[in-house]
Amino acid sequence: MSDASLITPDARPGRPRKFRAATAEAAPARLALIGIALTGVAILILAPLATVFAEALADGWAAALASLTKPDARSAIQLTLLITAIALPLNAAFGVAAAWLITKFDFRGKAFLITLIDLPFSVSPVVAGLCIVLLFGANSLIGGWLVAHGLPIVFAIPGIVLATVFVTFPFVARELIPVMIEQGRTEEEVALTLGASGWRVFWTVTLPNIRWALLYGALLCTARAMGEFGAVAVVSGKIRGKTATMPITIEMLYNEYLSVAAFSMAAALTALALITLTLKTALELRHADQLAAIRRH
Amino acid sequence: MDIHIDEIAKEFGKATALKPVTLSIPSGALVALLGPSGSGKTTLLRILGGLEFPTSGRVLFDGQDATGMSVQDRRAGFVFQSYALFRHMTVFDNIAYGLNARPRAKRPEKAEIARRVTKLLELIQLPDIGARYPSQLSGGQRQRVALARALAIEPRMLLLDEPFGALDAKVRKELRQGLRDIHDETGLTTVFVTHDQDEAMELADVVVVMSMGSIEQIGRPQDIRDRPATPFVRDFIAA
Repeated sequence: MSDASLITPDARPGRPRKFRAATAEAAPARLALIGIALTGVAILILAPLATVFAEALADGWAAALASLTKPDARSAIQLTLLITAIALPLNAAFGVAAAWLITKFDFRGKAFLITLIDLPFSVSPVVAGLCIVLLFGANSLIGGWLVAHGLPIVFAIPGIVLATVFVTFPFVARELIPVMIEQGRTEEEVALTLGASGWRVFWTVTLPNIRWALLYGALLCTARAMGEFGAVAVVSGKIRGKTATMPITIEMLYNEYLSVAAFSMAAALTALALITLTLKTALELRHADQLAAIRRH
Repeated sequence: MDIHIDEIAKEFGKATALKPVTLSIPSGALVALLGPSGSGKTTLLRILGGLEFPTSGRVLFDGQDATGMSVQDRRAGFVFQSYALFRHMTVFDNIAYGLNARPRAKRPEKAEIARRVTKLLELIQLPDIGARYPSQLSGGQRQRVALARALAIEPRMLLLDEPFGALDAKVRKELRQGLRDIHDETGLTTVFVTHDQDEAMELADVVVVMSMGSIEQIGRPQDIRDRPATPFVRDFIAA
């Protein structure tokens, strides 16, 4: 190697030397990493997904559809959609209120409140369900009174709603809190100095700024609300055609060796989740410029 | 509108942000609150704007006690250090925000709002940016839009927190003159906070030097430069 080549490592004309970005890896390492990631995705996500649909369609489309249109199956689908439709707005409202409180105000016990919001993440859903049974069951003080007045909670829809709301409580708040902390309070303060009422500030400044985080939170909440098993299993009593949601029906059908029916229901539940995801992606594509404007600022 | 600050003190928990300070600002003055960070100047500005409330003392506007007056009722045009433009709204909607927020009875017609916004855009010499979003503006443009938005509510006073803090030196010089011109044109009582003594000396009629929550000296720029009242002022001006 001559001295000149030390200064100009590759001086041949017409062939600019390629430099690797500091954060990039060499080709073999890149291939290995991509390979590991793809294998992981294939084994952990794609294979189960494919299995669900393959098992559901083992006896053909007609059999799968027939199993889904049976009265009990239809009742389960309707119940799951109903529970989600109730739990989602409740948790969106709770989540926005909690995040607003935590990020826009200073008060004693704030750290405790944040821990409390996270509680459903760390408590087993079964334990949560048991707590609801103990608190609102027919043998408890509150539950006894409610049953006497024709409003049973446990083994009825209100109990399932309570369990679902509890389990999905953190999703919206957890999405919103970091976004709202990052945005700070100044935009709200400006709006106040411009004469806007607190309510108007919320609708015209706070909410538009958090709508994407709110949407993500709501989608996660929806997915989880539809899929929740443990807590609902405890409080619902698993009454066929009455309090059996889709996940519970899947378990019951599977235990009865009704494989096609179980997997058809599972496929339907999966399809609902996929619809949710598609919706999110579509919204992102449609509002890409707005999203970018918010993030760049 | 003249402003009188009477023995205003502010504590945040155990920390003292302002010791009792007294200050009179005549109507139409351009006043700089000058001091290092932690001197209490921003706290004083926020108390004037109604974003903080004093622990003790009174604020008088035109002789009327305004200590407990709500931020909305004060009609203080407030420009924040970070400008805090509403990022999801166009420049036009940003400037029109205060007018649209008025109760229906006091809200101008749509055409009137548009006319006023156009006029303000001309005042800040950016007539063609109404349809843009804040993320598409330069720092200097954002600052001017924030100023126009504050002026749109026909404020009784103009309060600016480090209005040029985030700008490069050249733009800063231009905008200083811009603020001086707007002040002279509107005749609004204007208070701005800065840690830059050049800025305070060049722009303000009256400079209030603050340190550790107290006022060290109040005077015309020339007086403060020639006759610093305390060792702190002398050191701060010399720096």
